[in-house]
Amino acid sequence: MDWGALHTILGGVNKHSTSIGKIWLTVLFIFRIMILVVAAERVWGDEQDDFVCNTLQPGCRNVCYDHFFPISHIRLWALQLIFVSTPALLVAMHVAYRRHEKKRQFRKGDQKCEYKDIEEIRRQRFHIEGSLWWTYTSSIFFRLIFEAVFMYAFYFMYDGFRMPRLMKCSAWPCPNTVDCFVSRPTEKTVFTIFMIAVSSICILLNVAELCYLLTKFFLRRSKKAGNSKQQPNHENKEETKQNEMNELISDSCQNTVIGFSS
Amino acid sequence: MSWGFLCDLLSGVNKYSTGVGRIWITIVFMFRLLVYIAAAENIWKYEHDEFECSIKQPGCENVCFDHFFPVSHIRLWALQLIVVSTPSFLVVFHVAYRENREKHHNQKLYRNPGEIDGGLLCTYLISLILKTGFEIGFLVLFYKLYNGFKIPHLVKCDMRPCPNTVDCYISKPTEKMIFLYFLVATSCLCIVLNLSELSYLIFKYSHKCYLKRYMKKQ
Repeated sequence: MDWGALHTILGGVNKHSTSIGKIWLTVLFIFRIMILVVAAERVWGDEQDDFVCNTLQPGCRNVCYDHFFPISHIRLWALQLIFVSTPALLVAMHVAYRRHEKKRQFRKGDQKCEYKDIEEIRRQRFHIEGSLWWTYTSSIFFRLIFEAVFMYAFYFMYDGFRMPRLMKCSAWPCPNTVDCFVSRPTEKTVFTIFMIAVSSICILLNVAELCYLLTKFFLRRSKKAGNSKQQPNHENKEETKQNEMNELISDSCQNTVIGFSS
Repeated sequence: MSWGFLCDLLSGVNKYSTGVGRIWITIVFMFRLLVYIAAAENIWKYEHDEFECSIKQPGCENVCFDHFFPVSHIRLWALQLIVVSTPSFLVVFHVAYRENREKHHNQKLYRNPGEIDGGLLCTYLISLILKTGFEIGFLVLFYKLYNGFKIPHLVKCDMRPCPNTVDCYISKPTEKMIFLYFLVATSCLCIVLNLSELSYLIFKYSHKCYLKRYMKKQ
């Protein structure tokens, strides 16, 4: 189990996401998880070994390091990525539940069920409407909350996003105020700013996706209200079927451009 | 052999679980296994090297470290993950046994070998009780071994060969404590999920039994 397994799990969610959702997933995997694993972990790898204090007093270095870094940047980012990825699983669970229900209907031989075989149910892509819309929207909302909370926690714990070169420490058992030097402060600052920037981009993408979903919802509602006033139901069904087909065609085109293999 | 093996096994269990069981598996994967591998393991990686005592006496640091950390937190955490996941395999074995039986007799003995009823229900309930028991057991063990869930930044040690009481400093105590609390919180969440799944199953099947008996009478 590692980040690769998370990629497999979330890749399945990708099929049922909007285009903005797919971009968000791409940004998450390439610019956050991959950078964390490939680069950032190396930069912070020797953080306590190379944290040097200007004293020979045993224990002073440990205590000062613990005082200035209650939780390491790297661990905080790992936690942030895990928490931010988790709401997408709500969508995955909802889709799995729907598939399960459809399979049950199919097995019972329900005439309402329009699928030819189980494989078709497995391959089907669900549209984001009805209860799935609510699940999807709440997952985006929770993602936003988690991102914001972690960014704030970061800012609060480290007094900004800069890594200072020198820290003055007077915690016991340090005999007096000692100078402690952080290893690779510039490189750490660069990566911190990079990760914060990508977090902000992800927040913007989530906000855009939320607005898109809300707009789509209200448009659909006003269309339904307008249609039910003007035309009888059987003409409406053909129109909606045509709309769904158009959506499927446009989404499958987008799939070939930005896609994860699930 | 690594955590991937456990993951594959647990994914197999997912097929025969209830909805709550699937949520339990997700929580174990995302918030316990992944956090362990991606974050927690590295915090405790150099715990012995970074454990420093205020003395140059050879052997004193080793003896003090061994006295205060008989089993490291991270090893206990790994053991807990393995032991707590294992009862789920009872269900998998039972389903495999059922399928084998059907093959052996060459006829359909069960409506669906994976459906939770009869003997499989008992196995499932036992696995839930075992899981909950192990979770609680490990939490109590953690509490007893380390006098609560706090990690002090300083411990005083007077074991031989340390000449007198020396101060020993633990590395990253705050970070370790945060992750320990995280471990406790996820364990408690898993206990709650197991107990609710247990009550749900007991309620569902006693309701079914009651209805059957009522229909029979009529």
